[in-house]
Amino acid sequence: MDLSYYPGCTLKTKALNFEDSAIAAMAVLGVNLVELPRWNCCGTVYSMADDDLAHHIAPVRNLVRVAEQGSDRVVTLCSFCYNTLKRADLLMRNSQEKRDTINSFMDDEIDYDGQVEVVHLLEVLRDDVGWEAIGRTVKAPLEGLKVVPYYGCTLTRPQGVAIDSVENPTVLQDLMKVLGATALDFPLATECCGSFEIVSDPDAVVERAYAILGMAQRKGADAIVLSCPLCAHNLGQKQAEVADKYSDFTGMPLVYFTQLLALAVGVSPEVCRFDLSFGGVEALLRERGLIPQRV
Amino acid sequence: MRLEISSNRLRNEFVAKVIELSGQDINLCYQCGKCSAGCPMSFVMDLLPNQIIRSVQLGLADDIAKSRTPWLCASCLVCTVRCPKGIDIACVMEAVRQIALRRREDFIDPAGLERDTVAELPAIALVSGFRKLTG
Repeated sequence: MDLSYYPGCTLKTKALNFEDSAIAAMAVLGVNLVELPRWNCCGTVYSMADDDLAHHIAPVRNLVRVAEQGSDRVVTLCSFCYNTLKRADLLMRNSQEKRDTINSFMDDEIDYDGQVEVVHLLEVLRDDVGWEAIGRTVKAPLEGLKVVPYYGCTLTRPQGVAIDSVENPTVLQDLMKVLGATALDFPLATECCGSFEIVSDPDAVVERAYAILGMAQRKGADAIVLSCPLCAHNLGQKQAEVADKYSDFTGMPLVYFTQLLALAVGVSPEVCRFDLSFGGVEALLRERGLIPQRV
Repeated sequence: MRLEISSNRLRNEFVAKVIELSGQDINLCYQCGKCSAGCPMSFVMDLLPNQIIRSVQLGLADDIAKSRTPWLCASCLVCTVRCPKGIDIACVMEAVRQIALRRREDFIDPAGLERDTVAELPAIALVSGFRKLTG
C-alpha cells in the first residue's frame, strides 16, 4: 500500500530517528510512505483568531499537493503537523466563506474543499494495518521493557481532530502491548510539556519536564514513548537541568513509537538512530538485550 | 478591591475585539474554574485562565494587557476540551495575544536569542514560538 507522507521541518533535521525508523518499519509492514513533492512548512501551530486566514494557506497548500498526486489521504508522523494540517482541512470543509476566500487567494492552485483525509501514523497502524497483523510481523518482542505512553497535546486535542479518546487514549499502549512491551498507566499521558514556551520561558519548561519525567520514574517506567519532536526536545534536552534541580530525578530515556516498532519488526538498530534519542535509550536497550552489545 | 462596573466598561472596544477575534461567547462562563484546574502553565501565571475570562467579562482591559498569562498559555487546549460551557478558552488567549501583536507589541525579540540556544532548539520550537509570541 502506498501512502502520501508529509514529513515536516523537524523530521528532516533533529528528528531523523523518528522519520528513518518509521519509513523502515512501515516498509516491513507493507506500507510504502511516499514523500509529498514540494511540501512546505505547515506553520506548526494552527491559527485560532477568527480573521487570520493568511496563516491557513501554508497547511492548505500541502493538502493541495496531496490532491495533485491523485491521493485522498496523507499521513504525518509529527503530532504538530498532524494537528495543523487536520484542523486546516476541517476549516476548509466546514466554513464555505473562509474556504472561498482562501481558494480565491491561492488562485495558482486547484481549489481545495476537503478532498484529502489527514491521518496520523498511529491511526494507520491501528485502523489499516491492524494490531493482529503487526503482532504477526513482530520478530523481536520487546519483552521486559516497561514503558509509559506520552501523547502530549496535539494528538488528542481539540475534540474534532483527536485520534483517540480525548481524556483516555489507548492507541500507544495498545501498540506497545502488541510489540511485547509492558505499557504502564500514566496519569500525565496527555499533559502538555510546555510546548513553544521553551523559546521564551525555558525555566517553566524545566518544571513541566520534571512533573512528567518524575511521574514516569515513580511509575517504574524504563522509558517514555512519544510521537512529538517538540515533546522529545522539551523532555530530553532539559534532563540535565531537571536532575540538577531535583535530586530524586535520575534520568529517563525517551523513544519514538516508530523506533520501538522498527526494532520489534526486525529493522536494524542502526536505522532507528537511537544515538539521536535523549535520556540514554540506546544503553537501556543494550542492557536489556534488545539490541546487540557493542563489540 | 473596589471595582466600578459600568456599561461603558462592559462594552468597551477591547472586549468587543476579544469576542470578534475569538468568536467565543464569553458571557457563558460561570467561573467553575475547570480551565485553571487543568492548566499545565497555571503555576507561572499571574492571572488564572478563569480570571482572564472574568476580566474580559468585566471589561478590565488594563488588567489583561498587564498580565503575562496569555503569553504563558501553551495552547495545549486542555481548558478548551474541558469547559462545560463550550468556551474555547485557548482561543480567547490567542485573541488577547493577537490584539497586542497587531500593535507590534511582540513578547519576545528573536534577534535577542543566544546563538547556542537557536542552534539547540528544533525548528518546530522556533517556528511555533515565533508564530505565537511575535507579530
